[in-house]
Amino acid sequence: MSAPAALRPSFGLRALTAGGVALWCLLAAFPIFWIGIMSFKSPVDAFAADPLDVVLGPETRAGGAGLSAIDLLLGAATLYGLYRLAARGVPAAAARWSPPGRLWLGWILAGLGFALAALIALVALLPLAAGALNAVAGPLGAPILGATAEHYVSVWVDNQFWRNFANSLLVTAGVVTVSLTVGTLAGYGLARSGSALAFWILIIALIFRALPHSVLVAGYLPVFINSAELLSPILGDAAPTLYGQPWAVIAVLVSINQPFTIWMLRSFFQSIPAELDEAARVDGCTHLQAFRWVIMPVMWPGVITTGLFSFLLAYNDFLVTSLLLDAQNQTMVPAIAGYFNRETTTTDQVEAVAAAVSITAPLFLLVMIFQRQIVSGLTAGAVKG
Amino acid sequence: MKFRTLAIFVGPSVFLMLLFIAAPLVGVLVQSFQLTQPRFETVEVETCTPGFLTQTCVTEEETRPVLGPDGRIVTETVWVGWQSYRNVLEPERVQAALAAGSWSQLMTIDFWKALRFTLTFTFLTLPLVLGVGLALALAVDRTVKSLRGPVIFISLLPFIITPVIGALSIRWLFIGDGILTAALEGWLDRDIAMFAQGWTIELLMLFYRVWHVAPFAFVILYAGLQTANSDTLESAIVDGASRWQRLRYVTIPHLAPLLVFISLIHLMDCYRAFEEIIGFSSQAHVISLQWLTYDFLTPDDSGNRSISRASASAMLTMVGIVILLIPLLRRTWRDHRGTRG
Repeated sequence: MSAPAALRPSFGLRALTAGGVALWCLLAAFPIFWIGIMSFKSPVDAFAADPLDVVLGPETRAGGAGLSAIDLLLGAATLYGLYRLAARGVPAAAARWSPPGRLWLGWILAGLGFALAALIALVALLPLAAGALNAVAGPLGAPILGATAEHYVSVWVDNQFWRNFANSLLVTAGVVTVSLTVGTLAGYGLARSGSALAFWILIIALIFRALPHSVLVAGYLPVFINSAELLSPILGDAAPTLYGQPWAVIAVLVSINQPFTIWMLRSFFQSIPAELDEAARVDGCTHLQAFRWVIMPVMWPGVITTGLFSFLLAYNDFLVTSLLLDAQNQTMVPAIAGYFNRETTTTDQVEAVAAAVSITAPLFLLVMIFQRQIVSGLTAGAVKG
Repeated sequence: MKFRTLAIFVGPSVFLMLLFIAAPLVGVLVQSFQLTQPRFETVEVETCTPGFLTQTCVTEEETRPVLGPDGRIVTETVWVGWQSYRNVLEPERVQAALAAGSWSQLMTIDFWKALRFTLTFTFLTLPLVLGVGLALALAVDRTVKSLRGPVIFISLLPFIITPVIGALSIRWLFIGDGILTAALEGWLDRDIAMFAQGWTIELLMLFYRVWHVAPFAFVILYAGLQTANSDTLESAIVDGASRWQRLRYVTIPHLAPLLVFISLIHLMDCYRAFEEIIGFSSQAHVISLQWLTYDFLTPDDSGNRSISRASASAMLTMVGIVILLIPLLRRTWRDHRGTRG
């Protein structure tokens, strides 16, 4: 569509627009990529005042760790390949691998497959290939860029960050599964019922959505700590202490997330024509059967999107997990507070940076794969709700 | 749909919300009027030290916690009325500060300090988020089609990143002689310490919050722009409306419901500002209401959590958000009622 010349934006306006977008992209990406760079440098380089020192890492290179031109080229090629794979291959594979009507299974398979492929390519294949090429390339194989993975090793291996990772995985998977199961049923019921009760549930859920989480945690803490005593009349000696239990945190996070989940899923179910399940009802299905056989096969795009947001809530949570879990089974995000609270040396700080990058990396992959679903989720909630 | 069917569908969800949201709220309300403390008793203790000929004995009164039959400290819960609220609000110190007319004296009281920050933070970021989001949506709407995907991808990064880590990533650019502090020092030709005083930290927090939330506003407004009615825009052009007039009288009214929605979500989220305090470790200078409750809930040096004070501050926080949201909730209510019939 070409507008008449008089209506086309002036050169100045176009330059302003392009400049503004470029500036925003720089601002949006810079802090994240910068901590990515910092995490691979020795402490002196990572916190150097001169940005060039941080990028090139002379101290790190002097320490004997560095990347050659060949490494860089190979690395860039691998990353680009992974990006293409994520943007094109993964959705296609998800569609191909999923049994009919089980799109989510395909997505999980494709996602796991992609994560595995990325891990193998980056950790195993890339260093091998680059090492072999460096050995024969002569001057091209000499390190020009300082980089070291030692902070990652000390965070993941020495400080046992993998335990926190496993806890995060457990809590996140639990929250996503339970909150989708419960939320889908509620969302469907609320979307198909025009009764005053449904309306009131939605309004009250909206008010619950606004509550600061610390208000709720203040209510949980005394009960959770004393739960063994409080529950013993009912459960006897089997009464558990809820404090420090991952499954108790899962229940809490699911409930905190319910208001948001049911609002979002309700708007998705409203976009599915009601004629569909009415036809099934005419054919003699009950509401539950109609839901099972007519709605479930077509609801997966909405459920995947809502699942993404549940994932983010559980994965990013600091307040609830830090107060309700003890040090033994802490998740990743509160665990990182332990690093920067004891920042006595700059090495500790770079380790904190490496831990932060480790937490961010899965989110980065998530945006790569699910960009379309995230955008549609954001807009669906707003445009219809 | 019959009531019974609806009950089956929403039952589990409502049950969870009642158990884990409504019940704790009632619990917090009750706790805020109670105080649970170890019970103390005063006993006479006679301590004797061996001396020449006879022992030297001293009798002292000692206060110690009562131990139950299982060897644990016995606690007792008493009703203290508004005492916990008074401990949080500290009305005497407020009166003294007001009598002295001293703002800085008032700002030494934690609750009022937190309230001041939370409110200014919420209302300063709201227009910034809406403005940046709208500007970005308009700009991206005009750029080449092939660039939009990557721009949205990059924009989603600050939105999706873990809030504590987002705050940390900005902090690490400025900490000590980090690259941006060094750049600022070179530019302004003076020594700068970004984390030594409150207002610079608040500036960084403002930047962080806008950086974190503007993508959300941008994506929603951008989607809203795609559904804009091109007929109205064209007739505005035919009528000779300038670019600014088209934005003011056609585009913004079209986006108005979305702007209200973003404001609603932003008010809710910004009022519970908390991760900034952790990420920037700013508790010495700047605190927020939710952080105040969090701080009461974390065990202090002797391992005690001040549950009653936390409950009082939580209730006060809740009253605040309800007051803030009433106008917006009433609007949502009216819209909802309107579309439902």
